[in-house]
Amino acid sequence: MSNMKMSKLEIFNRKNVIMLFLLLLVYGIVQLLFQNQILNKFYMMTFILVCIYIILAVSQNLITGFTGQLAIGHAGFMAIGAYMSALVTVKLDGSLIAGLIFGSIVAAFAGILIGIPTLRLKGDYLAIATLGLGEIVRIIFLNTDYLGGATGFQVPKVINWTWAFWLMVISVVVIKNFINSSHGRACIAVRENEIAAEAMGINTTKYKVMAFAIGALFAGLAGAIYANYMYVILPGTFSFLKSFEILVMVVLGGLGSITGCIIGAGLMTLVSAFLANYPEMRMVIIAVLLILLMIYRPNGLLGNKEFKFDFLNPKKKGEENGTA
Amino acid sequence: MGSVTDFVIQQLINGISLGSIYALIALGYTMVYGIIQLINFAHGDIMMVGAYTGWFCTTVLKLAFLPSLMIAMVLSATLGMIIERIAYKPLRKASRLAALITAIGMSFFLEYGGILVLTPQTRTFPAVFPQTVYNPIGEITFKYGDIVIILTTVILMSLLQFTVKYTRVGKAMRAVSFDKEAASLMGINVNNTISVTFAIGSSLAAAAGVLIGVYFNTINPLMGIMPGLKAFVAAVLGGIGIIPGAMLGGLAMGLIESFVSGIGFSTWRDAAAFFILIIVLIVKPTGLLGKNIREKV
Repeated sequence: MSNMKMSKLEIFNRKNVIMLFLLLLVYGIVQLLFQNQILNKFYMMTFILVCIYIILAVSQNLITGFTGQLAIGHAGFMAIGAYMSALVTVKLDGSLIAGLIFGSIVAAFAGILIGIPTLRLKGDYLAIATLGLGEIVRIIFLNTDYLGGATGFQVPKVINWTWAFWLMVISVVVIKNFINSSHGRACIAVRENEIAAEAMGINTTKYKVMAFAIGALFAGLAGAIYANYMYVILPGTFSFLKSFEILVMVVLGGLGSITGCIIGAGLMTLVSAFLANYPEMRMVIIAVLLILLMIYRPNGLLGNKEFKFDFLNPKKKGEENGTA
Repeated sequence: MGSVTDFVIQQLINGISLGSIYALIALGYTMVYGIIQLINFAHGDIMMVGAYTGWFCTTVLKLAFLPSLMIAMVLSATLGMIIERIAYKPLRKASRLAALITAIGMSFFLEYGGILVLTPQTRTFPAVFPQTVYNPIGEITFKYGDIVIILTTVILMSLLQFTVKYTRVGKAMRAVSFDKEAASLMGINVNNTISVTFAIGSSLAAAAGVLIGVYFNTINPLMGIMPGLKAFVAAVLGGIGIIPGAMLGGLAMGLIESFVSGIGFSTWRDAAAFFILIIVLIVKPTGLLGKNIREKV
């Protein structure tokens, strides 16, 4: 028994080593293809956008899928991260890391500030309040001439595949570990039944705000990566339609499934990239796919199940089921 | 002093005619929400279809205002029912989020399908009404269009109130929104009642679309996004699911917007509307006219 526990606590257990190896493989292959000019800039942008959207989808999933709070203001936090990181890197001549950290932290603070009053609201009322806050954030940046206003804010491109990929990996690992911690379990309890969770001694407001702040932190990070990659950021990019897009990725992949929303984000980004030459047709196709998918698989592609590498070591299966 | 009163009265006129349009759209949101608890995000785009139908009737068929309005309302009502049958009915038992995503999908479909079919170019509505500007006292002015908007809205809202309160269909609608299962046990055809609700809501949206076209003169396939969102905010402001709440919320939104624009902050008017929504929700979490229902364990 103690042996088993030890093996679970080790960082370099078999599962993690395999995972790390796979990640290195994906990273290396894309890096090699790009260096040898097999993939052009368009593909590079698509891959980096996939990384950005994975961070956004996973953090939205923490709020909506795991804590059960339907908040549609992710684009607002993304905007805060984008503009604040650009403020550091462009206006204050700070380093990229300082920009990324500052953008994420300001977004997290905004999440706490917004979360404390609004998370008392339930269901659709929370949805519209957060949507409204996201729009307010956009309008504030639209009217701030110091940060470019409506004409956009020029930011030099410093993010490359290495930055985007490993920041994405770090974000996913942190959120996954949060969900598997006791705090994350408390969040899931809030999702399942708020009153029951409160009766069991869980401070529901605290955990809702915590999930909201962490979600906002990573949305801010994604925004910061976006800002330092895209050359120019426009307030119009961060409208509520962007929040819808992120929510769609999460529901498409499966609420409450990290691997599900990674697949959802990847799929949506790739489909829209490959149909980029037919912008209107692309949206019509996406809309039809969305409606059909929701009618035939209302719980998303993976539901709330996780895609696991269990087939790699079948012996452990019983044990996994016992602890999952 | 006189100029301040003039200013207030002027903004009241502007706000009421803008608010009437929001209220008409908000009614559809609130009725659909009241009966199946779905935020029908495609509602603003149904309004767009209504506006295009009105445009087609007035420019190509050279019809007058009233017949165009009627045709737009009937066509949009049919479209609303078809959308409900195809996209929302299969999801009635699924999670509400799945239905919400379907509504977002439907909205994208109408917007970009609209661009494909109608091209993204902005169309100009012909001058259906005389462009008379009335100037009763001081600096206060209002257009012929203002009167038409307010009159149309009052007539449609009275019709709606009458339908919901005194007709069989209205009673069925109230019964279904109160308790679907009990209503079906009492012999009410739930599916038909939901279809009728979508039809009424969509026709009101179409009326709003035609009025927007007539009043602001230009329409485009993406015109439904912002008014749709604001009308939804109006419905929530008044208390979603409550018909008088939608009227009140719509008027409140219109007044907030015109006063904020009037004092010279027109770029902030959307932010002001959202800000007031959030304040109202924090003080009264179920909207202005909403009842606070205690959750039982």
